[in-house]
Amino acid sequence: MAKLTFKTDNCKGCGLCVDACPKKVLALAKEKINKKGHHPVEAVNEDACIGCAFCATMCPDCIIKIEK
Amino acid sequence: MVVFDKPHALNDIPMHYCPGCTHGIIHRLVAECLDELGIEGQTIGIAPVGCSVLAYNYFNCDMIEAAHGRAPAIATGVTRADPENHIVFTYQGDGDLASIGMAETVHAAARNENITVIFVNNAIYGMTGGQMAPTSLPGQVTQTSPYGRDTNHCGFPIKVCEMLSELDGPEYLERVAVNNVKNVKNAKKAIKKAFENQINKKGFSLVEVISSCPTNWGMTPQKALEWVADKMIPYYPLGVYKDRSAGIVKGEVKND
Repeated sequence: MAKLTFKTDNCKGCGLCVDACPKKVLALAKEKINKKGHHPVEAVNEDACIGCAFCATMCPDCIIKIEK
Repeated sequence: MVVFDKPHALNDIPMHYCPGCTHGIIHRLVAECLDELGIEGQTIGIAPVGCSVLAYNYFNCDMIEAAHGRAPAIATGVTRADPENHIVFTYQGDGDLASIGMAETVHAAARNENITVIFVNNAIYGMTGGQMAPTSLPGQVTQTSPYGRDTNHCGFPIKVCEMLSELDGPEYLERVAVNNVKNVKNAKKAIKKAFENQINKKGFSLVEVISSCPTNWGMTPQKALEWVADKMIPYYPLGVYKDRSAGIVKGEVKND
């Protein structure tokens, strides 16, 4: 299991990381709004994360840090 | 163990790009290459005019802002002033490089200047509001071609890699894309090779990155990446267009 850390306030809610994740770990938080006014990404199923970093590879804003 | 973190060569500030704009990915790839090659302290980047005009805020290395399209000319000056100690890269969009800056680009390539050019092709003028660019596809709807680009009076898109590959000058030309994880990883390899060529004094390297513009294409970020795969990559085939050291010359395209 990998540990995911998000810089939530920099997230623009584009959802490219959500699509890139092979394990469906990520989702946009529809009930939250960050400083920029977007629905930020959150880990809904962090236990399933394998640390492949596909999400971080596709993130245009570099908000994801992954530790194993 | 850290698997992935923001590269040191990228400043820790929010970028101004629209949600889902792949400029951020390409910035990160360049910064990762600077980190991995350990050249951040000796690198000078040249920022263009266009959406990435504020690139000088995002890279941690020294940056110079060029007049529209003139980045290769300024890079020439920098690299000739101090060829031993500095690594120079330009970061340009398609309206900058393929339109107003075409002369500078072609002549810098023909002279085989020892510079690295990162060319971001998203087939539209982004910052000014979505006008037709030299690289807009035939039939593509933009602000200035509301019925689609009509090749009868707007002409055809310019394929920069194919065009430059006919010159004897350039060392390395490759076209990559950033629409999925595999292509992003290939893009990073290409950008790293371009910097390595410069470190080894081999000459002019240009990496064309097929990018997306969700806002001006009028699509969601996901649809925009699908459009890149369905429409842009068939028109702009990916691959190595020239790599003189590896014996790939003039129009032979080697796909991975």
